[in-house]
Amino acid sequence: MPAKGNVLIEVKGLRKSFGDNEVLKGIDTTVCEGEVIAIVGPSGCGKSTFLRSLNLLEVPTGGQILFEGVDITDKSVNINKMREKIGMVFQQFNLFPNMTVKENIMLAPVRLKIMSKEEASKKADELLKRIGLSDKADARPSQLSGGQQQRIAIIRSLAMNPDVMLFDEPTSALDPEMVGEVLSLMKDLAESGMTMMIVTHEMGFAREVADRVFFINDGVIQEENTPQEFFSNPKNPRLKEFLSKVL
Amino acid sequence: MVLEFSKKSALKAFIAVLAVLLLVTVVVSPAAAEGQTFTEKFYQNFIEDDRYQYLLTGLQNTLIITFFSLILGLVLGSLIAVVRTVHDMKGKLKLLNLVCCGYLTVIRGTPVLIQLLIIYFVIFASVDIALVPVAIVAFGLNSAAYIAEIIRAGINAVPKGQFEAGSSLGLPFAITMITIILPQAVKNILPALCNEGIVLLKETSVSGYIGLIDLTKGGDIIRSQTYEAFMPYIAVALIYLTVVVILTHFVKKLEVKLNAS
Repeated sequence: MPAKGNVLIEVKGLRKSFGDNEVLKGIDTTVCEGEVIAIVGPSGCGKSTFLRSLNLLEVPTGGQILFEGVDITDKSVNINKMREKIGMVFQQFNLFPNMTVKENIMLAPVRLKIMSKEEASKKADELLKRIGLSDKADARPSQLSGGQQQRIAIIRSLAMNPDVMLFDEPTSALDPEMVGEVLSLMKDLAESGMTMMIVTHEMGFAREVADRVFFINDGVIQEENTPQEFFSNPKNPRLKEFLSKVL
Repeated sequence: MVLEFSKKSALKAFIAVLAVLLLVTVVVSPAAAEGQTFTEKFYQNFIEDDRYQYLLTGLQNTLIITFFSLILGLVLGSLIAVVRTVHDMKGKLKLLNLVCCGYLTVIRGTPVLIQLLIIYFVIFASVDIALVPVAIVAFGLNSAAYIAEIIRAGINAVPKGQFEAGSSLGLPFAITMITIILPQAVKNILPALCNEGIVLLKETSVSGYIGLIDLTKGGDIIRSQTYEAFMPYIAVALIYLTVVVILTHFVKKLEVKLNAS
């Protein structure tokens, strides 16, 4: 395992059932600071559920998730405090339509008293400048393209200065020509040293940017490897079949 | 709702209705009452003995009751809606949810008139209390049940991803609800809420049953004094209609403003 830094997330025997349907059947893994993890797998294999468990949007039915040494599945832990450090980007962007772009970015830092209004405003301006959308600060999300919305969703999470960013199929709802701008922002982020976990169908992106790739199937991680080994020398038969279909 | 047509055409329709009613009043009523002219009847019904005061007092009471019971309904209705939503989403507040469900069933399952009578003659039977507050309580409790379900539907119509985005930023449930969900919900349900206000205004016309002089009762008193039904009841209807059209106009304006934002 290419350990870049300290252990950030440790997952032990993670299980999740919806009624009788067991989606996650015991996931164990460790993610270090600065690592970029791509998670691939067939539809319905549990990869999104796994990602959403990491900030407890899905409450696990078993196992432990240690984030910076704290077991976030413990009911006595203030999950909102932990989520401040775990950014998340969704397939459907989920910008708040009742606010301007800048208000979207400033809402959480100001409401959670992490920054003053002035600081948050300055931070929002910096982030908007970084993605070249300074002129959209006062626009409503509905006035923006999908690619612009998703990039704003990404910097909205970044405004909280998270320790890790989770991406749940960030480009799946985009027009093909918008995919590039979002991926390139994510690549910049990875190069800046952000710890990232990305559920994706963009195999080229996974190969280029990820430090490790996970293959989740049937509720477990069936294979994990460096992108080179993962794509050119897969071992699991189900993974071989999967790659032959998507590549 | 009656908001389908544009503002201008609504105004035109209103004026047309007024004109027709006036015409009917002028043409029909003198023929019906032997010898009396329109002016004489108008004088007798509204001016003589200051009878218009019944309508004024009545209108005032109707508006007061509508306004305050709407406030009561909104406050109580929001609370019920939040309890029900929290229960549905997080599985908490089981007992409170049960109480709310029972409340909704009883209130929506019985006529508002019976509720008003029970509240006045049973619950407040031994208390010396003014009529208007009793009516406000009765209509407020009643509309809370309908408003609660309107608000709950509005909250449910906000995509789940909005809650998740709020939560994933570390925002507590209450802040997510107040800053993200409710503003979107209110925008969705504004026409329905306004409709509830208009329904409420008209429903208060049964207040006369507890001896309260609302607009309808005011017209009724005039009829009992002049033995003339046409003038006072048409006047009452016109006043209701005018208030509703004015309210609709303002809500329409508000809606346009909300849509722009």
